[in-house]
Amino acid sequence: MKVLLVVIAAVAFALALGWVFRAAAWRLAPKRHTLVFRDMPLTAAFGMAVILIYVVVALFAPVLAPFAEREVVGGQYLPWAAPYLLGTDNLGRDMLTRLIYGARNTVGIAFATTALAFVVGSILGIWAAVLGGWADQALSRFVDALMAIPALIFSLLLLTIFGTSITTLILVIAAVDATRVYRLARSVAQGIVVMDYIEAARLRGEGMWRLIRREILPNAMAPLVAEFGLRFCFVFLAISALSFLGLGIKPPTADWGSMVRENATLITFGDVTPLLPAGAIALLTVAVNFVVDWQLHRASGLKE
Amino acid sequence: MNGGLKTVGNGGQMSDVWRMIGRRLLFGCLTLFVISVVIFGATELLPGDLARQLLGQSATPETLAALREQLGLNAPAPLRYWNWLTAALHGDFGVSMANKRPIADLVSARLGNTLFLALYAAALAVPLALILGVLAALWRNSWFDRAANSLALTSISFPEFFVAYILVLWLAQSGLFPSMVRITPGTTFGARLYMSFLPALTLTLVVTAHMMRMTRAAIINLLASPYIEMARLKGMSPLRVILRHAVPNALAPIINVVALNLAYLITGVVVVEVVFVYPGLGQLMVDAVTNRDIAVVQAVALIFASAYVLLNLIADVLSTVTNPRLMHQR
Repeated sequence: MKVLLVVIAAVAFALALGWVFRAAAWRLAPKRHTLVFRDMPLTAAFGMAVILIYVVVALFAPVLAPFAEREVVGGQYLPWAAPYLLGTDNLGRDMLTRLIYGARNTVGIAFATTALAFVVGSILGIWAAVLGGWADQALSRFVDALMAIPALIFSLLLLTIFGTSITTLILVIAAVDATRVYRLARSVAQGIVVMDYIEAARLRGEGMWRLIRREILPNAMAPLVAEFGLRFCFVFLAISALSFLGLGIKPPTADWGSMVRENATLITFGDVTPLLPAGAIALLTVAVNFVVDWQLHRASGLKE
Repeated sequence: MNGGLKTVGNGGQMSDVWRMIGRRLLFGCLTLFVISVVIFGATELLPGDLARQLLGQSATPETLAALREQLGLNAPAPLRYWNWLTAALHGDFGVSMANKRPIADLVSARLGNTLFLALYAAALAVPLALILGVLAALWRNSWFDRAANSLALTSISFPEFFVAYILVLWLAQSGLFPSMVRITPGTTFGARLYMSFLPALTLTLVVTAHMMRMTRAAIINLLASPYIEMARLKGMSPLRVILRHAVPNALAPIINVVALNLAYLITGVVVVEVVFVYPGLGQLMVDAVTNRDIAVVQAVALIFASAYVLLNLIADVLSTVTNPRLMHQR
């Protein structure tokens, strides 16, 4: 019964947040975007509001956090009471502070990794589509072979070989996810390369780089942006999972995945504190998924 | 070639399908071969070699040489690959570098446990997903459909350990189910089912959502076709229209997504096994990665990847077999 009440309250709060955000957004947005914002579903508005909150928290972490990121402030596993609003962790660091800094570290690293995977994957994919022929075949079959290995297993293998540090983590996850981006970018670009204006651009003598940047990329943007959202979710979950397994972001850097791992013992005593960082991960992925869902719906041109 | 020309009628059509399946199997074997090359060859990407990487920059030349000798790094790479592959095919994965035990011993008991967990989760998830998917398609755009859809979208976005710990907090706190799995050789089947219920339920919750959404989409796609309209005009009940007319034609995409999710289960077990201290392959792999025990990681990765490829292959073949247009080509 208590659980049901909590769920109902959470859903009501989410809808209210979405409604407030939508009301504010379409009044504040520039004129040509008004309709887009006014007609968006509440789930998408909720998603955008949550993403905005995460970005603000990540940017202003030092201002918002009551203590320093790595400061030991009191005893271990203190309960929720002022001045430690969410208690302390296994080493006596303030939980709320670590959560706030986690937004900066975890989300920042996931974002950098996704961006890297995207730059590499989409440029290679479009390049292969433009080039065609045996270069395209060789690259695509190579990517196919890499994709036949499950992503988590492949990243574990690579992390064993190259060792675990933040740099290798970013490079490994980016490499694994770039194969998926490559697939999409190549198939989208293949549809564009056969268009007449590409032929015209080639006859004008445009170089490869200009062809990609000025002719193909603007027309491949819509599916790539939606894929960016989805890919970010996958990368974010993968990094959190690896950190949870103790193979990702290393302490003392505040990170949500490893925070769950470090404080997991509390759960067996019925304390919900370790669920907070896990919930923070879940909330952001849900929010991004809601926005991507709406964007895909809009891009597909379906009205109802 | 002659055989194919001589057989006429039904036999000729059947052999087409078998040829297609044969081609898929051949392609699957090729994929497995390439995967084994990638898994083995990944260590060759290192600057220097494996021994240098494991011992660090401060290692003396003597210890380096000893480790190279022990790992067999002095032989050329193709030869080492060939020896590794033939030994692996005979079930011999070499010796763990961390504790010097044969990897085959470490793997064999745990492989059974992991397969048990994956099958258990599949036995819960597949019927649940199919029933929910059919119901959501039947009552599309109702409150049930909307609630099921947003729940599905939400649970897809949850990290496995979040779902797992919520279940622990909810079901293990009240003492209903154990939050740690201790399997000994003497454990009975019933006790095993009871002990691994929470990990299996976690995996079920993670994969059901996706399967349900795809089942719903596959059926709804078909509902606009003329023959469904016809069946409805004959006065059939909506449930019968879906079960008798829509589901058989939606089988191919449904089988595909089921197999894809079972393949996902194979890797999804890694995190869940760690949460519940389940003695399976995933736990072994995570420990091996922590110790940088490359031989064990390669062996487990090969097993996981083969299972993944095999399941995808089975999905491919099954969706061909269930498609009447492919089975009875004109």
